[in-house]
Amino acid sequence: MAKSKFSLKKFFKGKVGFTFISIFIGLIVGAIALLVAGYNPITAYGIIIRGIFGRPKYIAYTILYSTPLILTGLSVAFAFRTGLFNIGAEGQYIIGALVATMVGYFLHLPPVIHVIFVFLLAALAAGLYGGIAGFLKAKFGVHEVIATIMLNWIALYLNNFIVMSEGVRRPESESSYKILDTARIIILEKWKWTDAGRQWLSNHPILQDILKTPANWGFLVALLLAVVVWYILNKTTLGYELRAVGFNKHAAEYGGIAVEKSMVKSMFIAGSLAGAAGALQVMGVTKAVTKLAAMEGYGFDGIAVSLIGSNTAFGSVFAGLLFGALKYGGPKIQSTLGAPSEMIDIVIGTIVFFIAIPKFIKMVLDFRSNKRGDKNVG
Amino acid sequence: MLKRSLALVLSIVLVLTLSVGCAGGNGGANEDKTSIAMVTDVGGINDQSFNQSAWEGLQRAEEELGVGISYQESNQEADYKPNMETLLDAGNDLIWGIGFKMGDAIKQAAKQNPEQKYAIIDFAYGKETPENVVGVVFKAEQPSFLVGYIAAKMSKTGKVGFVGGMRGEVIDGFDYGYHAGVKYANSDVEVIRQYAESFTDAAKGKAIANSMYQQGADIVFHAAGGVGDGVIEAAKEQDKWAIGVDRDQNHLAPENVLTSAMKRVDNAVFNIAKDLKEGNFPGGQTVVYGLAEGGVGIAPTSDKHVPEDLLNEVEELKQKIIDGEIAVPYNEDTYNEFLSNNNL
Repeated sequence: MAKSKFSLKKFFKGKVGFTFISIFIGLIVGAIALLVAGYNPITAYGIIIRGIFGRPKYIAYTILYSTPLILTGLSVAFAFRTGLFNIGAEGQYIIGALVATMVGYFLHLPPVIHVIFVFLLAALAAGLYGGIAGFLKAKFGVHEVIATIMLNWIALYLNNFIVMSEGVRRPESESSYKILDTARIIILEKWKWTDAGRQWLSNHPILQDILKTPANWGFLVALLLAVVVWYILNKTTLGYELRAVGFNKHAAEYGGIAVEKSMVKSMFIAGSLAGAAGALQVMGVTKAVTKLAAMEGYGFDGIAVSLIGSNTAFGSVFAGLLFGALKYGGPKIQSTLGAPSEMIDIVIGTIVFFIAIPKFIKMVLDFRSNKRGDKNVG
Repeated sequence: MLKRSLALVLSIVLVLTLSVGCAGGNGGANEDKTSIAMVTDVGGINDQSFNQSAWEGLQRAEEELGVGISYQESNQEADYKPNMETLLDAGNDLIWGIGFKMGDAIKQAAKQNPEQKYAIIDFAYGKETPENVVGVVFKAEQPSFLVGYIAAKMSKTGKVGFVGGMRGEVIDGFDYGYHAGVKYANSDVEVIRQYAESFTDAAKGKAIANSMYQQGADIVFHAAGGVGDGVIEAAKEQDKWAIGVDRDQNHLAPENVLTSAMKRVDNAVFNIAKDLKEGNFPGGQTVVYGLAEGGVGIAPTSDKHVPEDLLNEVEELKQKIIDGEIAVPYNEDTYNEFLSNNNL
């Protein structure tokens, strides 16, 4: 058995297995927290799991919740692979959503073209916004963490200013007007509530269940972009250069790579990914932007998603799905058990925590195997 | 090692399967028991305001009427719809949306699920109210009038303040009702008005209240949700008066909260629960709660700081409002009308 290429031990020592262990520990700690708070953790996890997989509708919602997280995760992961820490995904998300709403409401274009237009302009704007941080770092040496944190707040207040201004704000609300029908990507949005739609769907219970959600094309776009990110990073000269800068800036410069340019490029791409998240969320779910009292957290969750996905494109997809599932299914313990949804935040926090201290866990694992005199270490 | 790992994986699978199995009985609400659930808006269940009030109303309904209750908190606007569906799937008889922000979401849900009953706080659909929805609104101008009267009578500087959340029908009621109360008591008292353009930014509320106190106001009334926490904090630090809103906010600063203009969201939620249980759910209507219905009022703790004879005057005013002798204004037009009618 030890000779076979795939062994469980190796699996658990590898990156992927390691992540699984962290997730498992996170769930255990969450269970302990639930137990301490006086709730049966097995019941609670049961509710969550059934709340995620119990019906086609729930799975659709899980995917809807995951879509923006996958994209902000990709944004952070992309920057991270090129040596930059993009805390600004939050602000870039806001800019993407804001621009998408403006273009979706004020421009009048034919159906499909409108969607493409909204998406591209939102991604472009958010990319430029992210590029500011890259530019500041390249030209003036301003650390991107500082710059992006500041830019997050600028984005938030810019959003609030525009949403509340005359002509954008929907009367008697704290939201903007809704984007036009032509700019929406919700599947059969109008038809599914017409009499004919209801009639047809009542014969197709699974589809009917799924279409009760604002099911949209966003998830497919997110998957497509994950492939694009993977391709750029691993198969193109641009990706090679960006990654080289990430590994060692000075070596890359010595090797003839324009380091400053690549920083701006990298932040531009990262920004446009986060902006795409905002655009898809507006076109597919919220249809408008709202005055924000605080950061909504899509970008910050993206950092965790990227971390859980070990900063890879496909890792971000799976981590985004996990995160989305916990975010959607987790709060269900509120109405059924009366447990506070903060418990879910504890689980998520613990998972991230254990992934963030890999050295510690590796150490513990190594220590264990040494003690047991296992000679096949490594 | 391999065996151990395998055992670990197997035990995980076992635990997960077990948990799914065990959860079976807990999913749905009890069939023969009336169950009511509510979706909070982004303020959350402990917002010291209407979400909390609504939950207290439900808790009372649980105690006195024996209905099953539950809630689902929203973190983002995108959560409203899925939260409502979660409660729908749980088999609740009535689903509450708390706060005007959910106006769209409730209407949409009501159209998509015509068999399900819904209710909403602070939102009136008027003639377009679907048959399975009840809108509940409050005559916020009435308690605001009363606290305005108290403020004007108790102000030593002749200046009082009003901090609003955001302009709109709901807050206009507080704003003009308060103004009218102040002017009715003493037309020489000046009201400083400022809007925070937020319902959550406590720091801004504090800054606005501080500047009002500096301008010479000694009593500030707020109708701004979470912003008001900052207003009350400022009152505490500067040792001035603040007037709370929605709930009895005296406990936030017992020595500095003079009184509160209460919107008895809890009573409304309780009453509708009772109607529902008795089979009289007022579907398709907008229910208006005023002083006469016990849906609004001033806080019971007012007697701590407000002199007794003033409270007696307030009682008289209350009766006059109930009798229709005083028509409290609720927006700019009615306010101007009120001023000219009373020669103020």
